[in-house]
Formats: sequence, C-alpha cells, structure tokens
Amino acid sequence: MAEIKKIATRESFGLALCELAKEHSEIVVLDADLAAATKTDIFKRAYPDRFFDCGIAESNMIGVAAGLSTCGKVPFAASFAMFSTGRAYEQIRNSVGYPHLNVKIAGSHAGISVGEDGATHQCCEDIALMRTIPGMTIINPADHYEMTAAVKAAYEYNGPVYIRLGRLAIESFNDPENYSFEIGKGITLKDGKDVTVIATGLVVNESLKAVRELEKKGIDVRLINMHTIKPIDKEIIIKAAKETGRIITVEEHSIIGGLGEAVCAVTSENCPVPVSRIGIEDVYGHSGPALGLLEEFGLDAKGIEKKIEQILK
Amino acid sequence: MNNQELLELKKTACKVRSLIIEGVFNAKSGHPGGSLSAADIITYLYFKEMNVNPENPKDPKRDRFVLSKGHCAPALYAALALKGYFSVEEIKSLRHIGAMLQGHPDMKNTPGVDMSSGSLGQGISAACGMALAAKYDGSDYRVYAMLGDGECEEGQVWEASMFASHNALDNLCVIVDFNGLQIDGHVNDVAGLEPIDKKFEGFGFEVIKIDGNDFEQIESSLNKAKTIKGKPTVIIASTVKGKGVSYMENQVGWHGKAPNADEYQTAMKELNEQLKALEA
Repeated sequence: MAEIKKIATRESFGLALCELAKEHSEIVVLDADLAAATKTDIFKRAYPDRFFDCGIAESNMIGVAAGLSTCGKVPFAASFAMFSTGRAYEQIRNSVGYPHLNVKIAGSHAGISVGEDGATHQCCEDIALMRTIPGMTIINPADHYEMTAAVKAAYEYNGPVYIRLGRLAIESFNDPENYSFEIGKGITLKDGKDVTVIATGLVVNESLKAVRELEKKGIDVRLINMHTIKPIDKEIIIKAAKETGRIITVEEHSIIGGLGEAVCAVTSENCPVPVSRIGIEDVYGHSGPALGLLEEFGLDAKGIEKKIEQILK
Repeated sequence: MNNQELLELKKTACKVRSLIIEGVFNAKSGHPGGSLSAADIITYLYFKEMNVNPENPKDPKRDRFVLSKGHCAPALYAALALKGYFSVEEIKSLRHIGAMLQGHPDMKNTPGVDMSSGSLGQGISAACGMALAAKYDGSDYRVYAMLGDGECEEGQVWEASMFASHNALDNLCVIVDFNGLQIDGHVNDVAGLEPIDKKFEGFGFEVIKIDGNDFEQIESSLNKAKTIKGKPTVIIASTVKGKGVSYMENQVGWHGKAPNADEYQTAMKELNEQLKALEA
C-alpha cells in the first residue's frame, strides 16, 4: 500500500494543474478571490501569466471561462463548490453546458467537512446541481492519487467537467503503483458477497475502514469507489446488484440528487434491489471542526459502520 | 465610407429587416422589435467592420461577435444568411422543430455564431473571455458584444465590465442597443439605467454615444473604438425599437410578438418600398 500521506484533495488539485501546465500551454486557471483556499495559488505562483483572478464574481468567471474555451484555451475555473456550482449554476448550464464547451469547473470546500464556516459554505448540493446539466461529467476524487489522475483525465476529455475538491487533509489509500483512473469507471476496492457499499469522495476511505471492521464481524462487504458520478458506471452497479442483492451508498452530500439517487436510478431500471442512502439527510450543516461534524453526521468510519449494521439488521 | 458603400449598407440592412419579419412571421413567435433596432449595427459589423469569412467560420484569427441580447437572433441570422454562412431559406424554418435556427443563438449548430446566448448578461462575459484569449495569444482580432439596454439591469453585465477594464481589454467593444423599451415598458419606468454613460465611465470604459440607426455614426464610433488603448470601449447606440416597420416603431408591444398575416403583408410592403427607393 501507499505510504500514509495526509493531503487535502484541493492541494492535490493545485499541484496536478501545475504539473499538467508544464506541457500544455493552453491550460489557464481562473479563480474568484479564493486562490489561497482552492489552492489554485500553487498554479498562480508557477504561472502568473496564465492565472486570472476574476474577483468575487463567479457568474462572470464562468462566462469568461466559456469565452476562453471558444478560443482554444482549456480553462479550469475554481471557487468554493457553493459558489462555483450554486451562484453560477445558470451560467454553467447556458454558457458552458448548452454549447458543450471545454471548461473545467472546480468546487472546493464541498460537503460538511468545510467545518467552522458553517452552513452557508457547506455545499451539499453541488453534485445534484451539476447532474441536471446534460453532458456534464462529474468527478469526486477520494484521495491525492485519484485527484492527480482525475485532473489529467479531465484535461484530456473534451467537454465540460465538474471536479469536487475537499478542504480537509486526508490519508491517501490508493496505491500509486497500481492505480488507474478512467472517467466513468468505478473501482472495486474490496470484493464481497453480502452487500455492496458504493462510496464517493472523502468518505471512500472512511467506508473502507468501516468495511474492514465489518469483515471482522463476519459481514462480507463489496466496496466500490465511484469517483465519477456522471456518467455513472452502470455496469459495475448492475453487477453488484445481481451478485450481492443489496446496495448501500455513502456520500458527503445531500441524499437528494447525489450518488445515492444516481445508483437508485440504475438499479430500479435494470435490477431492482434495496438501496439505502447514507449522506446528509435534507438538512443544513452547521459550524464545528470538520472531524467533529463528520462524526456527528455519521460519515466517519465508525458512523458508517454503525449505519451499515443498522441497515442490514 | 463613400456614398455607394453607404447605399449598399442601407440596402443590406433593408434586406436584413425583411428577413427578420420573414423569420418571426413563419415562426409565429420571436422578437422583432429589438431585432429591427439592432439591424443597422449588425449589418455594419458583418458587411463592413469585421474580419470574418463564411468559408472559414472557425478561423482562429477572425473577429468575434457575441449577441448578448440573444433574443434578437433573427437579426443575426439574417446577416449571417446574407453574408453566406447558410442559405437564406433557413430563415423560414426559424424556431421550427428540427430546424438549425433556434429561438436563441446556438453555436454548436449554426455556422457563424461565435457564442450561444439568450440568458441575458452572459454574453458579455464570454466576450471578455474571447478578448482575454486574444491578449494571451498576442492575436489582434477584435471582439464585439451587443447588449440590450434592459439587459444592463443584469448584475453580471457589471461584473463583466469590471473584469474588462481591470484586464485592459481594449480589443473588446461593447455595443448597447439602447432602444429604450423592455418587456414591461420603458426602461426608465421599469428599472432606470440612466446615466448609463456615467455608469460605464465609472467602470473604466471609453464611452461613445451615437445614433445607432445611422451608418456614418456607427462607422465613426467603431473606428474610434479601435484607437482606444488600455481600456474597453462601449458604444451607447440610441436606436428605434421596431425600426423600419411603421406600426412597430417605438411600440413596446412588439418586443416579443409575431405579426399576423395582414401585419406581415404590411411590414413586407413597407420594407420592399424602402428597398426599391434605395435601388432607384
């Protein structure tokens, strides 16, 4: 396994952009006065001429990115998920999605793990918003190595992509030697026959820890890392439904409109099995330290383990 | 511009207006008022000003035009068709199921459309992105964005304006088609914009005010804009909504309504007479 290295996926994002930009001069980065927080400041320091701070004006930033892309640039536009997908939703729909422009949108500080800033900044709806846009690709990387690969894949793909970035420094669990990333292809982290857990983003590693504990209790769980929410990997979901007969989804996002519902749509139309959704249950978050909030909302390893046991009872 | 050129532009604008009426009538919906007010400026841009080639609509070096007031697509489509980007016949299927010409500009399917638009306030931001790309690449193409006056009520217009001046986008020329009317009435009654020139000045623009239905003023303003360095230019173009069709002129009701058969005949007759007078 990879060495345990704690790094926030937002930082991995900034580093990956710098690496890619070395060889691809058409990559430009836009931010809305949050470069220090989204970590695009790493890119800004390395490539000041290719970094454009749009100020606190996310709607305009998305439009500028759209215009740049029509002229052959590959813009990455970043802000907090709340603002890049929420404030600028309609700009993304009409100026990026409708013309299917090659714009990459990053949303950092997603989920409740934003922590102390509280509900106004804890965006648990970004994936739901982006899922409604035809042709939008949505990637929610779970650790440093996955983010690095996802940024490269997003660049290589010609079309709009939303990438979700986390604020919290987390352990890397993927093995960089054997890891491979493909947009739209879920990764089976552990095989199992009793039930399938499908997780995305920050809570993949928490689910992995939960699943290992459950194993000790004699519950054989299959765990899938669904880094791409759209297009969703139908094949891996249908296979899991058929082979394990039951699915539990885990996400640091509202249970409305996120991974859980995307999985439900696949199972209900192809292989109906019970699906239970673990996530933020139609409530706002609140202030507090990130780890404390994850525990409170039942999205740390222990909480996930407990919920899975309850569901399986 | 010599007299012959001026005459040709007037004739072309007249044809553009006929095609606007043709399109909106056949669509049984659409926005004739603002299309007609913008017709002269759009005609000048495509037939005199911009470096564009219908044979190579995606030429990276071309000048760009963003119709931020996307509901006035009939005027853009008419100019593009007459310029040769697609057949004039396409105009008759405007807004029909399966047609290329959508109610608002669709860059994916319509040759010559540089940006999809229609949701007000968004086109100017895209135009800023295009102008920024030119600066980044060291290209000398220019970017034109046409906004409605009512559109300037959108906050995004001012976000984009700040961005344009902050980045010294002197290759960007914004044109406000100031016809004074919006859906709910006179702009000054709905959500007054005046003094719009001072607003744009305050946002760092060079401001030029003209009569936007006068080709000589359109020409001189666009020429002046090219000489302005270090900041973007806005041309506040006073126009007549519904210009060229007597019963539509300055009538708020013709913002977004198609003429019936009788009204269509009247409009086409008037425009044909105007064209004949120019050809005589």
